[in-house]
Amino acid sequence: MSRSFQRRLMGWLLHAVLAVAAFVVLLPLIWMVSTSFKTLPEIMSGELNLIPQHWAALENYAKAVGTVPVLRFMFNGLVVSAAILALQLLVAIPAAYALAKLRWRGRNAFLATILLCLMVPHQAPAIPVYIGLHTVGLINTYTALIAPFAFSAFGIFLLRQYFMTIPDDLIHAGRIDGMSESAILWRVVTPTAAPAIVAFAVFSVIAHWNDLFWPLIVVTTPELATPPRGIVFFRNDEFGTDYGAMMAMTVIVTLPLVLLFLLMQRRFVDGITMSGLKG
Amino acid sequence: MRERLARLEQRRAWLYAAPATVLMLVFVLLPITAVTAISLTDWQLGARDFSFQGITNYVEMFRDRVFWKSLGNTFAYVAYYVPASIVLALALAIAVEASGPLRGFYRTAFFLPVATTFVAMAVVWEFMLHPDLGLVTIALTAIGLPKENWLGMPDTVLMALAAIGIWLRLGFYMVLFIAGLRSIPRELYEAAAVDGASTPWRRFRLVTWPMLAPTTLFVAVIALIQSFQVFETVAVLTRGGPSKSSEVLLYTMYTEAFTFLRTAYASSITVVFMLIVFAITIVKTRLLEPRIHYK
Repeated sequence: MSRSFQRRLMGWLLHAVLAVAAFVVLLPLIWMVSTSFKTLPEIMSGELNLIPQHWAALENYAKAVGTVPVLRFMFNGLVVSAAILALQLLVAIPAAYALAKLRWRGRNAFLATILLCLMVPHQAPAIPVYIGLHTVGLINTYTALIAPFAFSAFGIFLLRQYFMTIPDDLIHAGRIDGMSESAILWRVVTPTAAPAIVAFAVFSVIAHWNDLFWPLIVVTTPELATPPRGIVFFRNDEFGTDYGAMMAMTVIVTLPLVLLFLLMQRRFVDGITMSGLKG
Repeated sequence: MRERLARLEQRRAWLYAAPATVLMLVFVLLPITAVTAISLTDWQLGARDFSFQGITNYVEMFRDRVFWKSLGNTFAYVAYYVPASIVLALALAIAVEASGPLRGFYRTAFFLPVATTFVAMAVVWEFMLHPDLGLVTIALTAIGLPKENWLGMPDTVLMALAAIGIWLRLGFYMVLFIAGLRSIPRELYEAAAVDGASTPWRRFRLVTWPMLAPTTLFVAVIALIQSFQVFETVAVLTRGGPSKSSEVLLYTMYTEAFTFLRTAYASSITVVFMLIVFAITIVKTRLLEPRIHYK
C-alpha cells in the first residue's frame, strides 16, 4: 500500500468517525424536532422514522402553546435574564473600574473579598436569602428572581482584568478634553471593554436562562415561571404521554438560544470559554 | 492640590464600589454567615423561637444514612462524569482539529448542545430513554443489550444521568481542549518526527499529551466542580429515586430546606457542600494559577 493511499484512507476514516459522532451528538435535537411533528399513534408505535409518516406539526405546536403558557415562560425568561445582566453590568463596571484604575484605601481588601466570593457556589446563600425575601413578602415576584444575582463577583473580576489592560493615557486624554469622570467611565472605558462585556453577557444569559435551582425555590405560580421552572410545572400534569406536544414545547423553549448561537458563534464560544474561569 | 485630587479619587472609588459592596454583603457574605449560624441551632422556617444546639445537626447528619448515600452518589456521579468527559472531549478535539476544511462544521455540531435549554433537553432525554418507546432503548436492544428502564433502575440511574450531563457539556470541554491544542508549537511535532515518532499515537504520547497537561488539569477541575453541583437532571427526571439511588447533595439540601422545611439541618448540609467546593477551588488555585498573576 502506498503512503499517500494510506494517508487518504486515514482521512476518510477520520471523517466517517466524526460524521457518526456528530450524528449521535445531534440526534437528541433531531429526534426532538422529528417527534414534535408526529402524530401520537406513530410515536406510540415504536417505529423509528426520522421523517414522520403522518404529520401533526400544527396540532402539536398549537397544543403546546394552547395548554401551557409557554410563551409566558419565554417572556419571563427574557425579562429575568435581561434584567439580571443589566444590573450586573451597572454594578460591576464602576466597581471593576475602581479596582483597576483608581487608587484608594480598601482596594486590596475589596479585591480579596471579590476573590473570596468567586469561590462561593451560588446555591450556598439560598436558604438565608429565601428567608429574607419571605420576611419582606417578596416571594413570587420578579424581584426575587432578579435581585440576588445583581452582584456578580465573576463579572467584576473579569472586567477588572480587562480594564487593567486599558492604557492610562486613554483616561488622561479624556480628562484633558474636559470630560467628567463618569463620562470617562461610561463613554471611554466601557466601550473599549466591549469584547469582555459581550463575553460576560453570553455567560450570564445562558446561566440564568437555564437556572432551575433558584426559580424552583422562589416561584410557586406559573405566571412568573422561567422556561426551566415552567417545564417542571407542566411536564407531567398537562401532557401525560402526549409526547408530540411535549417535544413541541421543548423545541419552542430551546430555539432562541440555539438560533442566537448559530448567528453569533464566535462570541458565543468565547463567552462560554470564559466561564471556565469560574467553573 | 494634589492631596485634594487624591481625596476626590478616594471618594469616587468608594462611590463606585459601594453598590457592589452592599449587594455582596446582602446576597453573599451575610447569607453564608447566616447559614453557618443557623446550622448550629434548631430553627425552622416560620418558627419564632430557636435555641443554640452546637454541632447537633452535624452529628445527626453524620449518623443519617441518606446523607452518606447522597454524598456517595454525588461522588459516584463525579467519578462517571469527569474521566468520560475528558477522554471524549480530548478525542473529539484532536479529531476535529485534524479534519481540515470541515472543521468549523464539526465544531458547531459538537458545541450545539451547550446552547440548548438544559431542562428541556433533560425532558427529551427522558423520552429517548423511555423503556418502550425510547430511541436509545430501542437502539441498545438492537445491539444486544437487555431492554431496560435505564433511569428507573438503582444500578444504572447515576450512569444515565451522567451520560445526559456529559452530552450537555461535552462541546464546552472540547472547545477548551481545541484552544489548548492550538497553543502547542508546530515545531515540536516536526522535532518529534525527526526523532522517529512516526505514528500518530507516538506523536500524541510524545508531544500532545505532555504539552496539554495544564489544559487537561483545567478541564478536569471544571468538570469536577460542575458535576459536583449536579441538580437539574435529578430534580426534573428522578427526584432522587428510585429509592434514593440518585439522591445527590444539592438535591438533598433542596428537599430538606424547601420540601421538609428542616431549615437548620439543610443549613448544615449547605455548609458541608460549601466547604467541599471551597476545597476543590483552593486545590484548583494552587495547581493552576501560579502562572496567572493578580497584581
